[in-house]
Amino acid sequence: MSQQGEVAGPLPVVSWLKLPADGEPYLEGHTCGGCGAVYLGSRENCSRCGARGKMAATRLSSKGKLYSYSIVYRSYPGVEVPYISAIVDLEGGGTVKGNLIHVEPDPDKVAFDMPVEVVFQDALGRVDEEGNHYISYFFQPAEDHSTRSGRVANPACDPGTTTA
Amino acid sequence: MGDVYVIGVDMIKFGRFPEKTVPQLGATAALMAMDDAGLTIHDLQGLYCGNLFQASGMVGQKILREIGQTGIAVVNCANACATGATAFREAWMSIKAEVFDVVLAVGVEQMGKGLLGGRSGGSGVLKEGLLGSGTMPAVFAEAGMEHARNHGTTFEQFAKVSVKNHHHSTMNPKAMYQIETPLETVMNAEMISYPNTKLMCSVNVDGAAAAVLVSERKAREMGLSRAVKVRASVLTSDPFSVRDLVMPDVNAVTRCAADQAYHMAGVGPDDIDLVELHDCFATAEILHYENLGLCKDGEAGRMIDDGEVALGGRIPVNVSGGLLSKGHPLGATGIANIYEVCTHLRGEADQRQVPDARLGLTHVIGLGSACGIHILERAA
Repeated sequence: MSQQGEVAGPLPVVSWLKLPADGEPYLEGHTCGGCGAVYLGSRENCSRCGARGKMAATRLSSKGKLYSYSIVYRSYPGVEVPYISAIVDLEGGGTVKGNLIHVEPDPDKVAFDMPVEVVFQDALGRVDEEGNHYISYFFQPAEDHSTRSGRVANPACDPGTTTA
Repeated sequence: MGDVYVIGVDMIKFGRFPEKTVPQLGATAALMAMDDAGLTIHDLQGLYCGNLFQASGMVGQKILREIGQTGIAVVNCANACATGATAFREAWMSIKAEVFDVVLAVGVEQMGKGLLGGRSGGSGVLKEGLLGSGTMPAVFAEAGMEHARNHGTTFEQFAKVSVKNHHHSTMNPKAMYQIETPLETVMNAEMISYPNTKLMCSVNVDGAAAAVLVSERKAREMGLSRAVKVRASVLTSDPFSVRDLVMPDVNAVTRCAADQAYHMAGVGPDDIDLVELHDCFATAEILHYENLGLCKDGEAGRMIDDGEVALGGRIPVNVSGGLLSKGHPLGATGIANIYEVCTHLRGEADQRQVPDARLGLTHVIGLGSACGIHILERAA
C-alpha cells in the first residue's frame, strides 16, 4: 500500500480489504460470471457452478444486515473481551464476519437483521513483528451516521479513532 | 456384495493420560477390540487409523509396533472431527470391495486443554477478536444463533442439552465425567461464547476407540450373536452455500449425509432406536435433531423441552453422555460413537441401556467440513 517516496502507511488486515490511494476503503469480493455467486476475497473458479476463470472483482457494499452472532467472553491472551462476533450479509451479496462495535455486548441489545455498516479503522492497535500498523474493518449500527465515510485516519496519531 | 459386520469394538475410558503416547493409547483400544472379537493381530489384514494432531506421524504403523508388526496394509486418516468415522468407513469399504475379510479401525487422540480454533491467521496481526472469532465455541454459538433467529430457540433450551447429556454420562463409566449438572449450574457456568457456557462445550480429553470389521462370510463363521451389521456408511463434504466461507455450514453437510444414509439402509428416522450425534457444543446438538430428521424443522426446541431425546424418551440422543461429558478426543470420537451404539444393540449398556435397541445411528462433523454417518443394526 505504500507509495514510492512516502513512509509506509497502515496495511490492510486482510488481502480483500482495499485501501485505494485516492478513495475510500472497501471490501473486495469476486462475482462469478456464470452463476452470479459472490465470494468474499478472490478465487479462480466458482465453487457453486464450477465455471472456470469467470470471476470478476467486485466492490462489496458497505451496508448490510446482521445475520447471526455470538458474544465472545473467552479468548486468547491479549484479546479484549467481551466483544460481539457478527456475521453480516452485505447488500448485493457477500457474507462477512467481523466485530460488531458500538453495541453493548448483551443479547437483549443485539437484534437479528439490524442494519449495519462497514467502517474502517485501526486494527485495535495491533502491530506486526516489524511494527507495521494495520487497518481493519468493523460493523456498527447503520443508524449511527456520526462516523460515516471519510479518509482512513493515521492510527499513529489517533489509535482510538472510529473514522472510516 | 455381502454386508459388513462389527465383530469386536471397545474404547478406553476417556481421560487425561499425559504419560502415554498416542500410539500407546491407540494400541490399548486396538487390543481391547481384538479381545472383544476373539481375534489376534495374526487375523488382521489391514489397519485404518484415524488421528488428527499427529497426522503426519504414521500413527497406525506405530500402533502396530505396540501390538504386532505383521506387515499388513496401514492407512492413516485425518478429517478433522470426522477422522474416526472416516477411518471406520475406509475399513468398511475395504471389505465391501472384497479386498479384505478382517480389518481393524482405530481412532485415537491426545488433546491439550483450552480453546480450539481462531489462531490460524496467516501473516500480519492476530485476527482473533479483530475480525470476529474463529474459536470453536464462537463458531458453533453462531450456528446456534442462526437456529435462534429462525426458530426462536432460547439459551435455556440450548442449556438443557447439556443437562441431559451430563445426566446420561452418570451412567457411563467410560465417560470423562459422571456428574449431574442441573440447569442453573449449566446456565450460570462461565460464559465462553454466548450462548455456550463452559458446561455447554465439549470436554478436551485423551481417548481411543477401535472396531474390528469383518465380511459377512467371516461373521457367519465366527457367529452372529454379538455381531452388528453396518447398514449404512456415508461421508459427505460441505456443498456450496452462500455463507459457508465465514460460517461453516454444518447443516447442509449433515442433511446430505442423512439422506444418503437412510436411503442406503432403507430405513427412516422413525426406525432408529438411538442416536449418537456430534454435540461438540450444546448449540450443535439442537441443529442436528432437525438435520437428522428426528423432528421437523423448528421442532428441536420442543424436542429438548419435552424430553423426547432423553433416555426413556421417543428417540434417545447421546446416552453415552456425548462429547459434552463423555469427552471429545477428536480422532477417537467417530469410533467411540460406534462403540456406544453397538453396546446398546448388543444389550450390554447396563444402566443406560436403550430397551430393545435394534437400529442405531452415529453422526460426526469435521469442520471445514466433513460429515460421517453410520447406521448400525443388531445382527442376532
